Amino acid sequence: MSVTLQSEPFDPGALVNAFLSSSQGAGAAVTFTGIVRSSEDDPIVSMTLEHYPSLAKRQLLDLRDAAIARFALIDATIIHRFGTLYPGDPIVQVMTLAPHRQAAFDGANFIMDTLKTTAPFWKKEERAGASEWVKAKQSDDAATARWA
Amino acid sequence: MKVLYFAWLRERLGRDFDEVSPPDGVRSIADLIDWLGAKDEGFALATANRELIRAAIDDELVEHDTPIGSASTVALFPPMTGG
Repeated sequence: MSVTLQSEPFDPGALVNAFLSSSQGAGAAVTFTGIVRSSEDDPIVSMTLEHYPSLAKRQLLDLRDAAIARFALIDATIIHRFGTLYPGDPIVQVMTLAPHRQAAFDGANFIMDTLKTTAPFWKKEERAGASEWVKAKQSDDAATARWA
Repeated sequence: MKVLYFAWLRERLGRDFDEVSPPDGVRSIADLIDWLGAKDEGFALATANRELIRAAIDDELVEHDTPIGSASTVALFPPMTGG
């Protein structure tokens, strides 16, 4: 399950347990879960994630390989959902396994910062009576660039 | 050649893809966008701000000056917002 794209919900805890059970030789695991955000002053009803399947798979496989090579990770896993999601639903999960914590943290950070601007997913937020495509942020480009 | 569209670009154009045969003078992604826009005012309007258009050729992200060569699939889409 090194890279998985799926429309079905996933259970972050179950994924972590499965990942850790294969952690031979590791001293550190880092897990990141991205969640559909909705706040009281700006509530969203749902979020639709459109993606370009073949390019998304390729970009995430390449990104995983790059992270493993760059930070000498023992393993890395990326799970990303597409389709319709609701507030509180997990969107993405990134897990890294390394001999020591710094590499595990850096690897997970690198994957998320790079994924945001290079994996072909697009979020559309549905609010009461209106839907709107989420705009890309310059801060996301800056986050990607800091690993260049 | 198949040209795929995603997200708001797909919605504004009202279609998922076009099947096109660009002439020899259309060498790069930028040329392709110009050529498609010359045929279709809606396309020209939707792609007027080139900074908001990203591209891929046969499942590889490319720049606007990348030659399209003998590509079978080109994809045009807005900046990505996953994660």
